[in-house]
Amino acid sequence: MTTTLTIVQAGPALTIQDRGRAGWLAQGLTKGGAADLVALYEGAALLGQSPDLAAIEMTGTGGTFTADADMRIALTGASMAANIDGETIVWNASHLLPAGSKLTIGGATSGTYGYLHVGGGIATEPVLGARASHLSAGLGAALKSGDRFPIGPDKSRDTGMRLPRDTRFDGGVVRVVASMQTDRFTADERDRFTATQFARDPRANRMGVRMDHDGAGFYAEGGLTILSEVIVPGDIQITGDGAPFVLMGESQTTGGYPRIGTVIPRDLPRVAQAPAGTKITFEFITLEQAITLETQHRRDIKALTGQLTALIRDPATIKNLLSYQLIGGVTSAIDNPFEKDI
Amino acid sequence: MSQFPKIQTVGLTGILISFADTMSEPANRAALSFRAAIDAANWPEVSETSTSLVSTFLQVDLVIQPLDAMLTRLHDLLDTQDWYTAPLPSGRTLWHIPTVYGTDLAPQLEEAAELAGLDPDAAISQLSQARVRVLTIGFAPGQPYMGELPKNWDIPRQQALTKSVPAGALIVAIRQLIIFTNASPTGWRHIGQTAFKTFRPRSDSPFSLSPGDELCFPSISRSAYDKILSTDTSGAGGAETEVLS
Repeated sequence: MTTTLTIVQAGPALTIQDRGRAGWLAQGLTKGGAADLVALYEGAALLGQSPDLAAIEMTGTGGTFTADADMRIALTGASMAANIDGETIVWNASHLLPAGSKLTIGGATSGTYGYLHVGGGIATEPVLGARASHLSAGLGAALKSGDRFPIGPDKSRDTGMRLPRDTRFDGGVVRVVASMQTDRFTADERDRFTATQFARDPRANRMGVRMDHDGAGFYAEGGLTILSEVIVPGDIQITGDGAPFVLMGESQTTGGYPRIGTVIPRDLPRVAQAPAGTKITFEFITLEQAITLETQHRRDIKALTGQLTALIRDPATIKNLLSYQLIGGVTSAIDNPFEKDI
Repeated sequence: MSQFPKIQTVGLTGILISFADTMSEPANRAALSFRAAIDAANWPEVSETSTSLVSTFLQVDLVIQPLDAMLTRLHDLLDTQDWYTAPLPSGRTLWHIPTVYGTDLAPQLEEAAELAGLDPDAAISQLSQARVRVLTIGFAPGQPYMGELPKNWDIPRQQALTKSVPAGALIVAIRQLIIFTNASPTGWRHIGQTAFKTFRPRSDSPFSLSPGDELCFPSISRSAYDKILSTDTSGAGGAETEVLS
């Protein structure tokens, strides 16, 4: 029997996301995928499964969920207040969602995109090789109350693990390499760009994040005559009013605004996760520095499992301890419930 | 020495080979032909290729692929021929897409015709006999930028955007045509309407057109268009195809 996850009540902006759909650039379709790819790797590490599995991306706020069989879950990305049947559960950790229980995920307390991962992954039918919704291309749809999703087979029973939080939810310095049209901006203009403190505009979305600042806009020489050219995620285009716009995974494939630089991939989650108004500055680094940083980042992502620690809970604080052991089939014969979260 | 072809890195994600900084038929031909040559070379470092109007993009993971080695191979390949006069890739398709010009379906035909220095009938005659090439695909999935039309169609975009034109709209500006994938605002003028779907995500071949394909837009009556709409389930909108050798 296939396990099913049901959305009892959907927040306003939930979509299914995975690592996106590569291979269609020439046909005008960008890769898309999770706004915060690091969160996908964290979910995979917490559940001991592949980062290719699909999860639910929750923008700003979550929703209420229930499953028709015991299900392992992990919560990553932007911290949101979460509970199972009223009992608070820890973010950036894995838990057991018992059959019929209600998982409630509220508003984000830091960051923008939270993720609900399930053991076995969301197993909707892939379209063009991926399950990720790409709303600007008309693929998939925002999830709504009453939606039900099949869950893939889950090979593990382990829960009650957590990962440390990093700083990507707090804005800060975002590193940039030169790109196709960087030299269309004068050295003075580039210096002013890196000296400016920006705030994430509240209208940001999965296509792009506009950066607000006080003072004059930024201008490229011959900016209005630039031919439409390929976009890669992280490109910072300067729109007609002089505001920088960081293009995200669900942007168009080509664009005609000049690009002042490109955010390096490991810093894109920092742009995506910065809540509205959070301060961001940009710093140019060389291609060699960027390669070194990315190489290190990929190593760290692969080693996330090594950072897992067990959630330790004092049995005295578990209100309904007995019920956990009485729910049929919940407790693994090899797990010690006093060492883990359930 | 010419500034072009010019090779640049694009973030840490790829390499761009530009053949010009303005749109021209030879530069678009170079971009399409060079992409075909890259695809044929099947270099393991290149995970994906695409073209914009006058350049070829190679998706390459620059974090793990040594750039210098890639640049040497690109220069060697560029030196093998004059890409601006290269034959276009083989196996392309010629499409005939039935189009209603003007009427309430495409209300800006007369305005566009006047800018092109023609009366509406002469404009329909010229547009329905023109044969254009998919110069690039972008903005929306499967959405073609096609050209180039005769020089009198070098008409500017409108200052103000049209709020929304429907999917299948044929729109014109700067000697180019676009068939819209989805309803969208635009600064281009809406001169014709087709029932052709450029993107069919649930189909076996979801993207109808490829860069380099050629198209004609024969004029049909409103009643013929309505008949296509009521009978076509494929999304082809009555289009007929031929393989170009």
